[in-house]
Amino acid sequence: MSPLGPLLLATLLFCVGIYGVIARRNAVLVLMSVELMLNAVNINLVAFSNLLFPEDAAVSGQIFALFIIGVAAAEVGVGLAIVFNMFRNRASVNVDDVDLMRW
Amino acid sequence: MPIDFIAIMPEIVLTVTALLVLAADLALRGDAKQLVNPLATFGTLIAIGFTVFLWGDERTTFGTMFVVDAYAVVFKLVFLVALLAILGISWRFFAEGRYFQGEYYFLLLTSFIGMVLMPSARDLLLLFVALETVSIPAFVMAGLRKRDLYSSEAALKFFIIGVLSVALMLFGMSMVYGFTGTTDLVGIAEAIRAGDADVPLLLGSVMLVIVGFGFKVSAVPFHFWAPDTYAGSPMPVAAMLAVASKAAGFAGLIAIAFVAFEPLAEVWAPVLGVIAILTMTLGNLIALQQRDLIRLLAYSSVAQAGYMLVPFGLARSGSDAIAVNDAAVQAVLFYLAAYAVMNIGAFGVAIAVNRRTGLRSIADYAGLSARSPLLALALTVFLLSLGGAPPTVGLWAKFAILEAITVDVTAFGVVLGSFVVINSVIAFFYYLKVVKTLWMDEAREGLPTLQPGFNLSAVVVVLMVGTVVLGVLPGLITDFTSITSVLATG
Repeated sequence: MSPLGPLLLATLLFCVGIYGVIARRNAVLVLMSVELMLNAVNINLVAFSNLLFPEDAAVSGQIFALFIIGVAAAEVGVGLAIVFNMFRNRASVNVDDVDLMRW
Repeated sequence: MPIDFIAIMPEIVLTVTALLVLAADLALRGDAKQLVNPLATFGTLIAIGFTVFLWGDERTTFGTMFVVDAYAVVFKLVFLVALLAILGISWRFFAEGRYFQGEYYFLLLTSFIGMVLMPSARDLLLLFVALETVSIPAFVMAGLRKRDLYSSEAALKFFIIGVLSVALMLFGMSMVYGFTGTTDLVGIAEAIRAGDADVPLLLGSVMLVIVGFGFKVSAVPFHFWAPDTYAGSPMPVAAMLAVASKAAGFAGLIAIAFVAFEPLAEVWAPVLGVIAILTMTLGNLIALQQRDLIRLLAYSSVAQAGYMLVPFGLARSGSDAIAVNDAAVQAVLFYLAAYAVMNIGAFGVAIAVNRRTGLRSIADYAGLSARSPLLALALTVFLLSLGGAPPTVGLWAKFAILEAITVDVTAFGVVLGSFVVINSVIAFFYYLKVVKTLWMDEAREGLPTLQPGFNLSAVVVVLMVGTVVLGVLPGLITDFTSITSVLATG
């Protein structure tokens, strides 16, 4: 199987994620978009590891993906805490409201 | 395969200290909680002892993932000494304010575990884990003042930019893995050398990885989070982000650029060179119009990142380029060490002046020489050093960069060098404006007396003396940085 299919899927997911981070105003949806981007990376890594380098005994691509899953969980935990704290201070999770500091 | 525990001893000591700090914070009540600071300091000193013990050794463990050599040891010492200084300037700030002391020191130590891992990492996986170990506690630390709108804004901006940059970097890393079939940095370099190097997709992935680190070191055009985050976070956290977190970004960038992507240096070196020019020029021009001292220091730290990126613009590939690349890495390392000394000092003075009152507009520093001659003198020395005036270490830091340019003179190198010189002149304008305010202007009536506290005064004095002594005897650092070599081939 050619790695082109998974690569296209991953790139599409990644672009959707970037669009979400830039265009979404709701901080929780921004977090979800970041998850999309990280999972696009996981698809890439697992697909490359399986399809291109099946003889690699260390399966470094798949191990890498496991680490990304773990770190992403920690990251989103911290991110939700930050968003939650912002909600308690301002009663809003709109990232456009966060504009106290400019220049 | 057995693990070489001696090689990872500094990391182990820091981890144990971090856990002890967390447990001590649970056990202690009320004012006794501030004892976690000396505990953390003690752990750091032990870690420094183990790091010094590793000097002169060449150790490799975890396969080839983790390498301890002269380069890594010097970098680790810079981080650990910075940690000591930051612990010193944090004590009163956190003991007096209604902060979460145990959590702060735990997060600070955790973040520094990631930093000391960074210069030893020789694998994309370990680089990523180290970078996240630096970043995730830093997100929390930026938002530590939970009820403060500025602090939560700083945390949110830092977090979104941080995860976005990591995601970009990871996507680049996954593509590099797809091209080379390995995550080992030396292996990547070999695979790129052996294969078809100028595939556009591979070059794009390399750029994505470099952009990810560009966010971390706040290079223009990825700098816009830095001033807001520094201004909103608690000030010791701002000092840590401006110095240590940036140095960690540079450690990662050096490993990525000079080890893994060294065969592609002809592609990324001009890009980083142009980014360096933009970073120092824009950082300095925006710093000119700042009225808040912390934001001024933030933009000045953006500009300083520009100076440190200049040696990356000189990099060359091939076996005849080892001298240039070594000189470039050594210049960055020396500049980082000098920058840590002077910038932590400047933040320390800002903490001493602002801790109680929250005033930090530059106008509030008027007449500081009358209120506290020592702090005024210290801030003067630090600002002059950031500008690069003799006889301070800042002069030699800039000199090291210009010296790296002269190793193999090219037209682009000369352009970079002239931008460094022009920008030094621009920077002096705003540094000297602050110095003038300190010494010439009259203080307002009714300002409270300054009580910096013993630890903060000691750190500021030591850093001030260090700035001048290293300015007279730069060999104290360069003797060590000049024998370091990170290169896979070297």
